[in-house]
Amino acid sequence: MITPLKRVRGLGSAHEGASHFLAQRITAVANLILAPFAVGLIAALAGADLATVKATLANPAVAIALLVLIISMTVHMRLGMQIIIEDYVHGEGMKVLLLLANTLFTLLIATVAIFAVLKLSFGG
Amino acid sequence: MAEVSSERQARPRPLSPHLQIYRPQINMVMSIWHRMTGAALYFGAVLLAWWLLAAATGPDYFAFVNGLFGTWIGMVVLVGFSWALIHHALGGIRHFIWDTASSMDIASVNFLSWATIIFSVLLTAALWLYIASDRGWIAAWQ
Repeated sequence: MITPLKRVRGLGSAHEGASHFLAQRITAVANLILAPFAVGLIAALAGADLATVKATLANPAVAIALLVLIISMTVHMRLGMQIIIEDYVHGEGMKVLLLLANTLFTLLIATVAIFAVLKLSFGG
Repeated sequence: MAEVSSERQARPRPLSPHLQIYRPQINMVMSIWHRMTGAALYFGAVLLAWWLLAAATGPDYFAFVNGLFGTWIGMVVLVGFSWALIHHALGGIRHFIWDTASSMDIASVNFLSWATIIFSVLLTAALWLYIASDRGWIAAWQ
């Protein structure tokens, strides 16, 4: 017999409880706050020369906001694409392969973007 | 036993209706678009990382990438990117409302779904009108 307590301790069929659901929403809140800032920043910087971009990103508040967004955004991307893969890909081998590709792709995007923001911010 | 199991397999099992059976309804369409814009933004993130990397690479390559984004194909992609972002963000707000288990009656669901598409188009238009006037494109065009 499965009691409610046992159900909670087992954390459901995926054994991770509501952590995926919560992480998707926590990153969504961060994205909702920071993405409009990034859109405004990019709209202001589009077409500007490199010196202006570097001077803008040299401001720690701007760079830190972008870094938090990059982390939150790529985690959110990974969680969302994981759900899409799990919904539509039923072959076990292909599913594992795509889930791995999802993790590596979002990790690569995050690393490239963070590296670029840090380099620009430090004036390199 | 083998006969029984093969007979069972030969008989088609009942399936729940697929998407194409239903008459499209606005909440269903917005649900599908939420996922589609999310997937588009997933791959669109490459453009953001590319632009940042181009700036970190040097002035020549940054100018080259900025030039690509400035072509009409680049602009169409950027308008689509911004619409997908705004639409997905508004869809996310709608889901936050539903996460509180409120506004789940049919009238509210339909209202929120229509509001998502209408406001996503209006906000995208407002964003690009602002960019166009900020750049002096409108003055140059007149």
